[in-house]
Amino acid sequence: MESFPVLSLTIFLPLVGVLFILIVRGDSETVDRNVRYAALWTSVTTFVVSLFLWINFAYTTADFQFVEKHEWIPAFNISYHLGVDGISMFFVLLSTALTPICILASWKSITTRVREYMIAFLILETMMIGTFAALDFVLFYIFFEGVLIPMFIIIGVWGGNRRVYSAFKFFLFTLVGSVLLLAALLALHFEAGTTDIPTLLAMQFPLEMQRWLWLAFFASFAVKLPMWPFHTWLPDAHVEAPTAGSVILAGVLLKMGGYGFLRFSIPMLPLASEQFTPLIYTLSIIAIIYTSLVALAQEDMKKLIAYSSVAHMGFVTIGIFTATQQGIQGGIFQMLSHGIISAALFLCVGVIYDRIHSRDIARYGGLVERMPKYAFVFMIFMLGSVGLPGTSGFIGEFLVLAGAFQDNTWVALLATTGIILGAAYMLYLYRRVIFGKLEKADLKNILDLEPREIAIFAPLIVLVLWMGLWPQPFLDVMDASVTNLLQNYQAALSAAGNIAVVGR
Amino acid sequence: MEPVILAADLSIAWPELFVAIGAMCLLMVGAFQGNSSAKMISWLVVVVLFVAGILVIAGPDGHVVGFNSLFVVDEFAAFAKILLLMGAALTLILAMPFNAREGIPQFEFPVLILFAVLGMMMMVSANDLMSLYLGIELQSLSLYVLAAIRRDSMRSAEAGLKYFVLGALSSGIMLYGMTLVYGFAGSTGFDNLAALFADQAHEGAPIGVIVGLVFIIAGLAFKVSAVPFHMWTPDVYEGAPTPITAFFAVAPKIAAMALFVRVMLEPFGDLFDQWQQVIWFIALASMLLGAFAAINQTNIKRLMAYSSIGHMGFVLVGLAAGNQTGAQGVLLYLTIYLFMTVGTFACILAMRRQGRMIEDIDQLAGLSRTNPKMALALAIFMFSMAGIPPLAGFFGKYYVFLAAIQAELYTLVVVGLLSSVVAAFYYLRIVKLMYFDEPLDAFDAPVGREISMIVAGTSVITTLFIFILWPVLNGAATAAAALFAL
Repeated sequence: MESFPVLSLTIFLPLVGVLFILIVRGDSETVDRNVRYAALWTSVTTFVVSLFLWINFAYTTADFQFVEKHEWIPAFNISYHLGVDGISMFFVLLSTALTPICILASWKSITTRVREYMIAFLILETMMIGTFAALDFVLFYIFFEGVLIPMFIIIGVWGGNRRVYSAFKFFLFTLVGSVLLLAALLALHFEAGTTDIPTLLAMQFPLEMQRWLWLAFFASFAVKLPMWPFHTWLPDAHVEAPTAGSVILAGVLLKMGGYGFLRFSIPMLPLASEQFTPLIYTLSIIAIIYTSLVALAQEDMKKLIAYSSVAHMGFVTIGIFTATQQGIQGGIFQMLSHGIISAALFLCVGVIYDRIHSRDIARYGGLVERMPKYAFVFMIFMLGSVGLPGTSGFIGEFLVLAGAFQDNTWVALLATTGIILGAAYMLYLYRRVIFGKLEKADLKNILDLEPREIAIFAPLIVLVLWMGLWPQPFLDVMDASVTNLLQNYQAALSAAGNIAVVGR
Repeated sequence: MEPVILAADLSIAWPELFVAIGAMCLLMVGAFQGNSSAKMISWLVVVVLFVAGILVIAGPDGHVVGFNSLFVVDEFAAFAKILLLMGAALTLILAMPFNAREGIPQFEFPVLILFAVLGMMMMVSANDLMSLYLGIELQSLSLYVLAAIRRDSMRSAEAGLKYFVLGALSSGIMLYGMTLVYGFAGSTGFDNLAALFADQAHEGAPIGVIVGLVFIIAGLAFKVSAVPFHMWTPDVYEGAPTPITAFFAVAPKIAAMALFVRVMLEPFGDLFDQWQQVIWFIALASMLLGAFAAINQTNIKRLMAYSSIGHMGFVLVGLAAGNQTGAQGVLLYLTIYLFMTVGTFACILAMRRQGRMIEDIDQLAGLSRTNPKMALALAIFMFSMAGIPPLAGFFGKYYVFLAAIQAELYTLVVVGLLSSVVAAFYYLRIVKLMYFDEPLDAFDAPVGREISMIVAGTSVITTLFIFILWPVLNGAATAAAALFAL
């Protein structure tokens, strides 16, 4: 597969779509229609191409696959280096799978400046895939930061009433974290003389330096993830973003933080990661319990789901930092599962928002009478979010808790309360929106899901159930890479331990 | 002096000679033909600049000095000259339709630009405090006149006068510093000074030299408008006619910064420990002031003034590092700064409504609906100035900060990066106005062929800088190496 640059193709195919969209001409209605189709076909093609990654994936090796490497700035040892392993492969697929869904979800709700909207989404897709496929730190940073521009535009142009505030908050919060990551990247570049990620992964850094680098990485990834108390941009951004923007934000952008911890913090800075694990545990548990309680009190559906995202991401960080096989696999699985479920939940909100133009929970009630299909779809994702066995949410949370239990029973215990609270706020939301009496006048004529919406939800339902009932194919992909990650991690810790013993 | 030697000396100064002769000839043409020839002279000046650029490229390889070591030609000088020639040519092209429209008919305008450019080329190639001062004064005097070229406009005259008074003061301070250095070191030649300080490195330079050095730094900091010598910048930027502001923002900044780097690293390179903290402070202060003071600006030219103060702060980070990567980063940053700034000013020049120039930032509201192409270009420049990858501005910051990390200036790096977040706020505000807000009346169309082409060209370069990064960086590496070769 060396000869065929499938990763580059996946990354840059959306940009080809952008070129097509730019040359579409005609009256405004034709343009809008053609632009939508062009964006949809581009993203679907990209998804199909990215499936090759899974089909040709070699399960037995922990090495990077589909590697492409070209010289870029040889004097500074910066190269155009791409590749995926068991950790990153699914995130690429998640990005390519959610983009066509987003474009379909915006089919009718976006009526102004359709061309710019689709261009922003396709550029965003390029940046997302690039982030997960980059094997050079500078390249990674370029994609990681580049995400900000299209997302800023998406929130700010097509968002709700307080869109300007939210867009700025999103951009500036993330940028503060990112520039600290940049400082760490510069320090690594100088120290190691290269920004090649596989080379950096194989290096050992002194403990003192690891601590500083870890904190800088943390600043960026914790904002992106987001972890409590750096999460305050998320509810604003989610509430004001258009539906598809929320979907991508929850589905993919948050995962960049978790991916960063897995790709950089743990393997490059094992000693510091070990030392800072209590900090991560504490913040994650606060996130899980506190944001769940906050979610319980929300009046706005999107805000509720946004806070639930923070809680679910708390499980991810706990899983990653348990440094156990189950914990890390659970963390990755939880990210994928949350990527699908939270995306679907935002789509569910989008469905009724398109009809009634309100996100207020109190505006709804008794929808099951007019919208049985919708009630069913919403139920599946609600239960997935709660972590009902048989859905993907269960597998992720169970593995994380199993890993946490091995490392620290108190963490496991406290995190479990989050599941109970999660069930509470989700069921409460569902009861208020779907059940009860159908009293509001405008709800009496509300229409059930149309074929386009069913087409959006069907693949997501299949995925949630597939991952819940038969997770093995997903776990198999991660297995070798996670094992390798842990071996190196333990080896680094014990090597440092030996030095400490000898030093005494 | 032997005639043979003179010929050898002249041969290394071909570009400067060409510009000087060209300027004088065009001055004569203008004097005889009158203001009606202004447009022709402008184009001829562009041609002269272009030919001078070719002569620079065709110049000698390596480090060559001439005119009794007053004048030096090396890769560093060549790189900086190419940049400032490009900057001058692009801004002059921008100025032509403006001048024709706004009634600046004087043929002196392009000729003065040419004289200023000659002074800048002299600055970049100076190898002696005397030739340095000569270059600076030739440049400055031309710029004072240019700032006030609209004699009947109060703002323009005020800008010119302010620039002149403060500029003369700073030149005086610098000259005083030079006399101190000469008094204590006994020479004005860069080579002699470098050799002298290298000998004295272990015992430390005399205090008089240090005081003189600080005065020289103050004068140079004024020319690059670094804090705390920046006060003139917003007023002059705002008051001068917009194309002149564009010119001020680009060519003199590049020349003065290149000169700054050479003076610090060549003659005073061994006094690094003494001057590093000064540069460290002015870099830090410039970045912070550039970031915070711009937030409340409502006039886009004033905003650009603070923005350029901030950018000069970032460039000075590369100088504060004092190593080869730093010099390389400075040149890379200046290259990127050139394209971003010229592009932005081209957009500003296109901001006209009912035949009048608009400078209020709020008037950009909704530009993405009324003029999507210009809005896109301006958004690209703003994101690039904020340093968001994959746009060009990011790479400039990357390399100056990489140099600073090498020099272990961690505080400078972290504060600088955080100040770039503050600066991002006001760049984003412009994007917000153009994309998020409801449109006002459209700007006048058409904006003019020259402006459209420059906007298109610079925005494409800013966006796709990734692809030319390597050759530019390579050129900057050779140029930076020339400074450290001695």
